[in-house]
Amino acid sequence: MALLEIKNLSVGFDTNAGLFMAVQGIDLSVDNREVLAIVGESGSGKSVAMLAVMGLLPKTATVTADSMTFNGHNMLTMTGKQRREIVGRDVAMIFQEPMASLNPCFTVGFQLEEVLRFHMKMDGPTRRKRAIELFKQVGIPAPEERLNSFPHQMSGGQCQRVMIAIAIACNPKLLIADEPTTALDVTIQKQILDLLVSLQVKHGMGLIMITHDMGVVAETADRVIVQYKGRKMEEADVLSLFESPKSPYTRALLSALPENATGDRLSTVADFMKNEAANAGVAP
Amino acid sequence: MSEVVLEGRNIVRDYHVGGGLFGKQKTVHAVKGVSFTLEKGKTLAIVGESGCGKSTLGRILTLIDPQTSGELLIDGKPINIAKDRVTAEMRRKVQIIFQNPYGSLNPRQKIGEVLGEPLLLNTNKTAAERRDLAMQMLVKVGLGPEHYNRYPHMFSGGQRQRIAIARALMLSPSLLVLDEPVSALDLSVQAQVLNLLADLQDEFNLTYVFISHDLSVVRYIADEVMVMYYGEVVEYGTREEVFANPQHSYTKTLFAATPKSDVESIRARLAKKKAA
Repeated sequence: MALLEIKNLSVGFDTNAGLFMAVQGIDLSVDNREVLAIVGESGSGKSVAMLAVMGLLPKTATVTADSMTFNGHNMLTMTGKQRREIVGRDVAMIFQEPMASLNPCFTVGFQLEEVLRFHMKMDGPTRRKRAIELFKQVGIPAPEERLNSFPHQMSGGQCQRVMIAIAIACNPKLLIADEPTTALDVTIQKQILDLLVSLQVKHGMGLIMITHDMGVVAETADRVIVQYKGRKMEEADVLSLFESPKSPYTRALLSALPENATGDRLSTVADFMKNEAANAGVAP
Repeated sequence: MSEVVLEGRNIVRDYHVGGGLFGKQKTVHAVKGVSFTLEKGKTLAIVGESGCGKSTLGRILTLIDPQTSGELLIDGKPINIAKDRVTAEMRRKVQIIFQNPYGSLNPRQKIGEVLGEPLLLNTNKTAAERRDLAMQMLVKVGLGPEHYNRYPHMFSGGQRQRIAIARALMLSPSLLVLDEPVSALDLSVQAQVLNLLADLQDEFNLTYVFISHDLSVVRYIADEVMVMYYGEVVEYGTREEVFANPQHSYTKTLFAATPKSDVESIRARLAKKKAA
């Protein structure tokens, strides 16, 4: 059985202009030891789908699904208390902006130990030891001193490492990384991606990478889901996606990559959508 | 050889930090002796990681920051804003576009005012003329006259970047400094903005200084490439030279770090993972 299995997930938001469907009927499953990438532009509902799993959406959102199970637990009927036991321990999430997702008022050590205190019920000295061990694992130099730093004293790449340390603190079964490297430089991006993949292999975690960067997908994923306007356009293993994309939208995305440019102008997804609409009008 | 628009000769920029009541003053060498020349209608890409001084150099070129030493020549005329007053004519020649289109537009200013302001400050055009020019510019960057009275929050990231480009072009500059103009944008929107920049370059014979850390974008847009590392230029040459035969170890590191999306490298990665 899959680690996380979602069938027919829909998420809607109540807005002034009526119900807005951010996610429409997505099926998704991730196994242990598997890296699944969810690709799409902003507004394609890729983050919202994962936030729904974590139960982090605001009250204005309505989540419906035929089933949503994680590790045998039914996530749909769960109470808030039960959910909080699992979220952060068995499922952890890393967000896009490392600077914004850490609390500027507390040291990074405190924020890391908070997870250990809440979920693992560790006492002070054990927590400290584990925290130092985690910092070493994610490659932060001089961990004993760095634990006492505040987020603003660290660079973006370092903060993202802290976020990863917090996320893997309780050895989660599933790690969801929401655009983990979008705000970072290429050299740092490479380090963070290598770190995530090596941790995933070492701990046998399931990993969901949410991204809009086809390069990141190519470097990390085993399987890929392409999402557009809340719908799944294509699901394939990474090699066949890049080798022979089935959906026209995926083809459009790939041809918008600057390295695939032919001629002096890039083809854009908007052009593709226009052609598509024109063809649909002509076809019977 | 065509006309040289921009030339830098051994440009240095130092920042003095600290030096409070008891603190000792420290000097940060942000840019350490950068020289280059750029011809009209060409694109120079400046590549490097954050903190390598590429944006500082961009600020010097746009006459925002003075250089500590060295010479900057725009259209053959030497300029040092620490010594001379910058004339409106000089300001008109160089414009800048920033990375974050959410931060670079005033949320309380309508788009029409955003575009009209450079004209108001630097020219003697009447309100009606400014309005007409702004409307025309909106159409040129792929927006419409109906956007004239809207506020920045009503636009998406890609549209805002178009507005920032339109604002920069209002004074018909000859040189545009683009400081990471597409790194905050999605892949498909990025492609649209890059196409727009290429179209505008053809139409107005613009010269671009393109600051970026994304090598795949640089490879697509640049004529010449300059790689910076800790304030120094470690590699400078035409795009073909730099991409085909990188000399410095940092450039090689950069290339190695750039994600590869061709089928062979994915296959190699999967094979390696299986073996591990």
